[in-house]
Amino acid sequence: MSHHLVDFIDVGYSYLDGNKAVENLNARIHHGEAVAIVGANGAGKSTMLKLLVGILMPEQGEIRLGDLPVTKKTLSIVRQTVGFTFQDPEDQLFNITVYDDVAFGPRNYGLDEKEVEKRVVSALQRVGIEHLMHRAPYKLSGGEKRAVSIATVLSMEPNVLAMDEPTAALDPRSRRRLIKLLQGFEHTKLIATHDLDLVMELCSRTIVLKDGKIEYDGPTAEIMADSQLLEQCGLEQPLMLQGCPICRQKVIVRE
Amino acid sequence: MANITQAYYKMFILDELADKKTAIHRINPVAKIIVTLIYLLFVVSYNKYDIIGLMPLFFYPVIIMSVGDIPFKPMLAGLIIAAPLVIGVGIFNPLLDRTIVSTVSGIGISAGMLSFMALLVKCCLTVLAALLLLATTGMNKIAAAMQSLHIPQIFIMQLLLTYRYISVLMGETARVYHAYTLRAPHQKGVSSKVWGSLIGLLLLRTYDRASRLYQAMKLRGFENQFFGINLDKLEKKDIIYLLGWTTFFIIVRFINIPMLFGVLVTGVIK
Repeated sequence: MSHHLVDFIDVGYSYLDGNKAVENLNARIHHGEAVAIVGANGAGKSTMLKLLVGILMPEQGEIRLGDLPVTKKTLSIVRQTVGFTFQDPEDQLFNITVYDDVAFGPRNYGLDEKEVEKRVVSALQRVGIEHLMHRAPYKLSGGEKRAVSIATVLSMEPNVLAMDEPTAALDPRSRRRLIKLLQGFEHTKLIATHDLDLVMELCSRTIVLKDGKIEYDGPTAEIMADSQLLEQCGLEQPLMLQGCPICRQKVIVRE
Repeated sequence: MANITQAYYKMFILDELADKKTAIHRINPVAKIIVTLIYLLFVVSYNKYDIIGLMPLFFYPVIIMSVGDIPFKPMLAGLIIAAPLVIGVGIFNPLLDRTIVSTVSGIGISAGMLSFMALLVKCCLTVLAALLLLATTGMNKIAAAMQSLHIPQIFIMQLLLTYRYISVLMGETARVYHAYTLRAPHQKGVSSKVWGSLIGLLLLRTYDRASRLYQAMKLRGFENQFFGINLDKLEKKDIIYLLGWTTFFIIVRFINIPMLFGVLVTGVIK
């Protein structure tokens, strides 16, 4: 069984009030790809990610992780395969110490305490916050909380990372650190964000949503150069492509 | 209400105290839970007028606090939160039971007054015991101890989730309160006109937040089961702790130590 592909096949979902959140979503994401999901507020970005991890179930179409369809019966495997981080890391941290929060997933999957410890230490090391292990999550800074929230999913060793607004409310240094961290991950990444500069640095492919439908799906460099389409979708070109307000020179995207 | 954010952070102080490494903290949580339960049973077993008999039981919280290096202030805060409930229950005792049972300096003390005082003392002792258990053990270890005592999972989860919900509720209360006061700078407190809508809003917000937390738990494999930390087996020191306190409770329950002490001090022999 291969979990390397993520397939959205004609996916549709409406909220209880009848509002169509997404419709006719079709996308195939390959192993190791970093894909940005962008769009104006209410375009359906978060819904798309929530459908992927089964917080919401599609009304129409289906989502597959390789051979595995996302259904209520497969949720346990799906959620082990896809690590999802919430927009607000506070929603994800509910234990007394960072260690317990990171250990929560592995313990629920019945791993013995030695293996749990190994995974916790390894996840904390990967995000560079091993020193916070015994701290209380509510006392951490925004950037640290975000790092812990990522560690909580890494400890479950997922193949796919789905992140909702990972840079929201982060200061520039924390944001930069997070980008570097994500650049080092070999996971398949789906990142719903408004931070188009982050998209330029991290994602080779971008899906643009407008009113719940895919308006564009292709190379990031191409869409970011199309200011007209971006504007139609309620977006603006990334700051790094808008040029310096003083000398009007455009900044070259760094490698 | 002005320090609601502080209250929110203070709420976690018991969990922080539980991280200490004193002799009391090192006792096995199972032994501590059993001792606390026995203590609670003994406290409530006293006659409703027996204030003097309850006095030696204050030794337990005092010793735990001093050996466990637990400050009194957070304990007092917990007592203040619980006090209105007990006062509500016992406030009418002095009015309903007016039989004079004793006089002190010419002032008659009614049976109702005595039973009300005894109720307050019992509240003080039981709340202190529960808070001290939390402050010397921590909620996760208490849950793990309950699990090893074969208490059904459903009760353990109820306890853990309720405990977490309190922090969600307090966090959201702080946010709503700040949002309100920032736009009502000349008001003291919250106007009674908006209480209804604010409480409604608070419930909806906490419900939403609790739902997101629950989703986060489900995403990490939570299936209404508590997989706590593994506790060590009971050691010699734990058994001594358990037996020592149980013996003490039995002695003070069946021997009136305050009276014996009084007799000793005054030198009056019947």
